[in-house]
Amino acid sequence: MNFDDTPQEAAFRETARAWVAANAPRELEEELESSSLGRIRLKHADIVEVGKAWQKKKSDAGWACLHWPKEYGGRGASPIERVIWQQEEGVYGKLTQPFQIGEGMCGPTVMAYGSEAHKRRYLPKLASGEEIWCQLFSEPAGGSDVAGLRTRAEKRGDEWVINGQKIWTSGAHYSDYGLLITRTDPNVPKHKGLTMFFLDMKSPGVEVRPIKQANGMQEFNEVYFTDVVIPDSQRLGAVGDGWNVSLTTLMNERMSIGARLATGFPEMFEFCSKLITEAGLAIDDRATRSKLASWAVKASGLKYTSYRAISALSKGERPGPENSIGKLVAGVMLQDIAIYAMDLEGGAGVLTGADETVTQGQFQQMLLTSPSMRIAGGTDEILRNIIAERVLGLPGDIRVDKDVPFNKVPTKGRS
Amino acid sequence: MNFDFSDDQKQLRDQARKFLAEKCPPKAVRVVLDGKEAYDRALWKGFAEMGFLGVAIPEEYGGAGAGHLELCVIAEEVGRALAPVPFSSTVYLAAEALMLAGSDAQKQAWLPKIASGEVIGTLALFEGTGNPSPKAIKLAAANGVLNGTKKPVADGAIADLIIVAARTASTGRDSDISLFLVDAKAGGVEAKALTNLDPTRGQAELTFANCKAEPLGAAGEGWSILTQVLDRAAVLTAFEQVGGSDRALEMGRDYALDRIAFGRPIGSFQAVKHMLADMYVSATLARSNAYYGAWALSTNAPELPEAAASARISATQAYQHCAKNNIQVHGGMGFTWEFDCHMYYRRANALALGLGSLSYWEDQLIDRMRKRNAA
Repeated sequence: MNFDDTPQEAAFRETARAWVAANAPRELEEELESSSLGRIRLKHADIVEVGKAWQKKKSDAGWACLHWPKEYGGRGASPIERVIWQQEEGVYGKLTQPFQIGEGMCGPTVMAYGSEAHKRRYLPKLASGEEIWCQLFSEPAGGSDVAGLRTRAEKRGDEWVINGQKIWTSGAHYSDYGLLITRTDPNVPKHKGLTMFFLDMKSPGVEVRPIKQANGMQEFNEVYFTDVVIPDSQRLGAVGDGWNVSLTTLMNERMSIGARLATGFPEMFEFCSKLITEAGLAIDDRATRSKLASWAVKASGLKYTSYRAISALSKGERPGPENSIGKLVAGVMLQDIAIYAMDLEGGAGVLTGADETVTQGQFQQMLLTSPSMRIAGGTDEILRNIIAERVLGLPGDIRVDKDVPFNKVPTKGRS
Repeated sequence: MNFDFSDDQKQLRDQARKFLAEKCPPKAVRVVLDGKEAYDRALWKGFAEMGFLGVAIPEEYGGAGAGHLELCVIAEEVGRALAPVPFSSTVYLAAEALMLAGSDAQKQAWLPKIASGEVIGTLALFEGTGNPSPKAIKLAAANGVLNGTKKPVADGAIADLIIVAARTASTGRDSDISLFLVDAKAGGVEAKALTNLDPTRGQAELTFANCKAEPLGAAGEGWSILTQVLDRAAVLTAFEQVGGSDRALEMGRDYALDRIAFGRPIGSFQAVKHMLADMYVSATLARSNAYYGAWALSTNAPELPEAAASARISATQAYQHCAKNNIQVHGGMGFTWEFDCHMYYRRANALALGLGSLSYWEDQLIDRMRKRNAA
């Protein structure tokens, strides 16, 4: 048992480290370091612009999408090399936020289902950040139940005509292309009538509207489709096979090993170590210590769980299912930590202004943002279902709409 | 990075699991549970023959000289099988204390007998209510004899070798405490068995009356040695807890698959699935923290104190969580004496207290993290 690199891994790490040291935008280091939760906002620069510059630089030197084949813009690196790169890229990895959906979900789907011409045309530019992709899956009527989506695609000659609405699309407003799942046949059960496409986000009839979120910010969009035309050549997979295609996309979403999830613990430990209450330092209080200790072992447990997965990759094995627990643990922890931090601030905890609170309002911001961590990318409940069914082997839910034609499935509860 | 046990160590784990499945089925645990035996003597003998008792003891003292990672994988299986033997008292406490602080003569005298199963050892630390603390130790040592009472002492009624924490001064400092080694067969110590949460592991009150004892380690070093022994035992016990957590989770999962209610397996209800998923989460966190503890223990890393406290807290929480929800998944049957769920519930809650309770280790962890941050 050890935490050491193999000689090959150490050599790779050395190369990566040297390149990052020579090329990273150091002027942003401090700012990136301190932003831990949600979408990154930089004071004097636009994340998309700075990100594009960093991604292009990486791509030119062979450090973008490095687990992809070289001919599609990657480096042909092994899974463990990808993890080592992420470790060495460190805080600058936060600059890649605008490209993560493309790299993690859209790219792999194009790779699996696109034609050779598509792959050569689109993947290298996706990898280099020159073209940004978004993922158009969720709908007002289909969140956890993605297959309940209603956006229609109707065949007209060699083209498809799209009408409907998507929601929670990150980056739609700056994306060049989108991966779009649609319903092509409402007369068959829901999983069977779906078809996947990709489209130019500048197509006529595509309208992107920002969503004002519960935390007051605007990071996601609604995307409306009105008679949007997509050529049949941009279909991914067979007509009616969209569900299977989407599984490829979603499986890739859960493969992000080695990515550090924010838990709020380091901030909380620091806060409690310094906060002076009437009874002395907060960290000397029995109740506070108990909570801190429980959070500490969750944070360390997540860290060492990811180390176990990295070790499996290092040996060329497939990591076990342990990594599926990450977001489930981290999301609720952020929320609990935020609430307790404000409790310690007492009455003044209600204030959100950066100058009014001892921690520049970071826990107040965490409180307001953390609900999204428990929903986005699979709700806590869906994640528990996944663990129960795929890890523990428990039966799937009884699905009452499974064999019913989609247009016969009820659409309203109380009415 | 190779943050995993080696193939040989995994093979040893499989071997221990197979051995325990055969020699220590729930039926065997129940012999001790029902008070028919103080511990499973045949199993203890088997442990010695398999080399489990001396796995971390150096070869020059009669052990296998393998190491603590090997001991960790065995501990996991001991926990999974609820083995009713004085393994933790003898191996994690007495043997570790001897290896840390014993003179060569003391190691020669006792370690080979521990490895061969001839000697059962334990640590006498607690004196009634409270957590480990130098102030709580009143039992006095003077002129080579001990006077006072210890309780509870795990496996105290069957122990041949007792490591005793005693007061040798009253300055209010940690150096007031020294460790002593007592040969229980030499007289001067009386044992009274006490009823306890988990009858598969005995607890006793030991009364020392002018009991002859020899020092273990330097005078005044007792508390410092004890702290190290408790850290090491915390990691090893965490593996027992991880083994127990996994077994409780499996029992709950299996029952949820087999039990039909409302016309379907209860494991198809989300309320039950989610409860089991949460058990998996805590068991996984505990396992990963325990692995880190194992690394620190096996390399004698400066991170050991913090890693041990993390492993201890995480494993204690996980086992308590898995054991109580295993009963819940079983419903009414889980509350019968006949079903095994309560044996895991008892063991989980007994292990949670043995080396100091959760709140004690929470304090330790926070103190140790602060120390690191300050450094």
